[in-house]
Amino acid sequence: MTDAHLSPRNIPDRLQGRGARILKSWESLLLVVAIAIFLGNSLASPYFLDPWNLSDATFNFTEKAMIAFAMALVIISGEIDLSVASIIALASTAMGYAVQLGVDTPALVAIGLGVGLICGMVNGLLITGLGLPSIVVTIGTMSLFRGLSFIVLGDQAFTGYPESFAWFGQGYFWWVFSFEFTLFVLLAVIYGVLLHKTNFGRAVYAIGNNQTAALFSGVRVARVKFILFLLTGLMAGLASICLTSRLGSTRPSIALGWELEVVTMVVLGGVNILGGSGTIPGVVLAALIMGMVTFGFGLLNVPGIVMSIFIGLLLISVIALPILWQRARRRLAH
Amino acid sequence: MMAKLLKNREILLVVAIVALVALIALRFPAFVTPASFARVYNDTSILIILALGQMAVILTRCIDLSMAANLALSGMVAAMLNTAFPGLPIPLVILVAMALGCLLGMINGTLVWKLNIPPIVVTLGTLTIYRGLIFLLTDGKWINAHEMSDAFKALPRLGLAGVPVLSWLSLLMIALMFLVMSRTPLGRAFYAVGGNPHAAVYTGIDVGRTRFFAYCLSGTLAGLSGYLWVSRYAVAYVDIAAGFELDIIAACVIGGISIAGGIGSVAGAVLGALFLGVIKNALPVINISPFAQMAISGTVIIIAVAVNARAEKRKGRVILRKAEAV
Repeated sequence: MTDAHLSPRNIPDRLQGRGARILKSWESLLLVVAIAIFLGNSLASPYFLDPWNLSDATFNFTEKAMIAFAMALVIISGEIDLSVASIIALASTAMGYAVQLGVDTPALVAIGLGVGLICGMVNGLLITGLGLPSIVVTIGTMSLFRGLSFIVLGDQAFTGYPESFAWFGQGYFWWVFSFEFTLFVLLAVIYGVLLHKTNFGRAVYAIGNNQTAALFSGVRVARVKFILFLLTGLMAGLASICLTSRLGSTRPSIALGWELEVVTMVVLGGVNILGGSGTIPGVVLAALIMGMVTFGFGLLNVPGIVMSIFIGLLLISVIALPILWQRARRRLAH
Repeated sequence: MMAKLLKNREILLVVAIVALVALIALRFPAFVTPASFARVYNDTSILIILALGQMAVILTRCIDLSMAANLALSGMVAAMLNTAFPGLPIPLVILVAMALGCLLGMINGTLVWKLNIPPIVVTLGTLTIYRGLIFLLTDGKWINAHEMSDAFKALPRLGLAGVPVLSWLSLLMIALMFLVMSRTPLGRAFYAVGGNPHAAVYTGIDVGRTRFFAYCLSGTLAGLSGYLWVSRYAVAYVDIAAGFELDIIAACVIGGISIAGGIGSVAGAVLGALFLGVIKNALPVINISPFAQMAISGTVIIIAVAVNARAEKRKGRVILRKAEAV
């Protein structure tokens, strides 16, 4: 759907000196923004610099960031997965249903991850097996997966999760470091290594830059993409466990609209929406920025929907500004 | 002859709809009466109008996820206008709603045209912005039936030759869109841009500007639907038509409009919308919970895109592509 070949931004980064420099500076720019927001928040509110408050603030982004890591890989490979929030809903509904049957925590975790994997597999099979465009497929499964939760739950809610299950969303690993935050750091390292230090990661970039060339160079394009959708499903399942555990209940509207926030996080992190470039450190910084902005707005008592306006503006301006900037530079060069 | 007929997507869709209706009729003959059909059509009118706009956008290889939010914002402004000035003639209110819708569409179009931002990102962003604006405008308050003037609420229901104005309006839009798509340079440009943007450039078509016009069109139709929606259901609040953008895209995908651009027809969009309309209206008749509708639409989207992908397999391939064509 997106015309990859029509965009001047889709040229492989290593062939474009200036592009590489701009890309390199994107993460440093994010770092500067993150530090500025951190300082701004510390000055604006005396409660910000408390370790426990900061720890609370991390819950704003850890679950979304888990999905964003996998989503970054999917987007770098030139695809997209809009069904992640619906996978959270379906996995949460399955866990809630299991609780009513008296299932205990370890099995609940297995169910959450399992449902995520199955959903990812459905997406992957439709996209790589039948060769369908990922944007339409995942719009379809987005409505299918959440629709299934609606069939099971209607206007009801599942509650009564076992006490030990609460640890995933509310427990602390050590001192102020919550289980979720620890998991976030761990996953950041794993995905960073996977994308930047392995053959698999190089294959993801290769596919995103030129799928046909990648295929002819011996990259198993379909298999790599299938694995990416599996990973995204698995991450959504994991996020579902954390979110369900944190909320302690399941409604079919759980995590509504999260796909937008996850995509925003990835794009803000400097991943090219048309595929081919982006880094995990960028996504980590974007997660921190979005988390701190949300927390800061919360301290200022800004309603959630106004925050979503801000996120929408952020999404568009993050892509528009570099284009305008590049254009202005070109004009100056002439 | 037969094989050619079977390959025609619109005819396949008609067959599917007839089969669906026949299936329902087997157990519930009451569903198959002219009056019932007229009711289903009337109920689907707004979706048809929106699907027509979305079709134009998808034909040019773009997508408009902000249509439902645009509808909600335009509808809310129409309702506020009516509440503030009950004496204002309704056609003027409709014009304002359409103009606002067009403006919101122009914002999408400008971002896609001038800044070359991928359409999905633009409209995902404006989707939240437009809906957020309703909240800023109203503070989350509702506008209820008793605050709207009678004329405001009555228009879509008004009968003209036994058919409600709402149905007439959608018929009018179908006719207009048919003319635009088949008889004007703009309509042909939509197909050209989606079919092969590079070739379109060489024939003298401005790809970006054509996309911009497609967004204006979808925005205007969303604005019109905004008034129709608010007056029909006699209520306006932040979340009206939330998630409806998916139904609109579903209608287009079911109607055989290729998400890769360049393929699709007015008849397809209308039939795709009607297919969803029949399902929606049949669910309560055959005693299936309305909660099942979302899952059914999702399944239908996936099946439709799979079927269409089979039919669209390219015969030839472009071997060399010029990256600097646009």
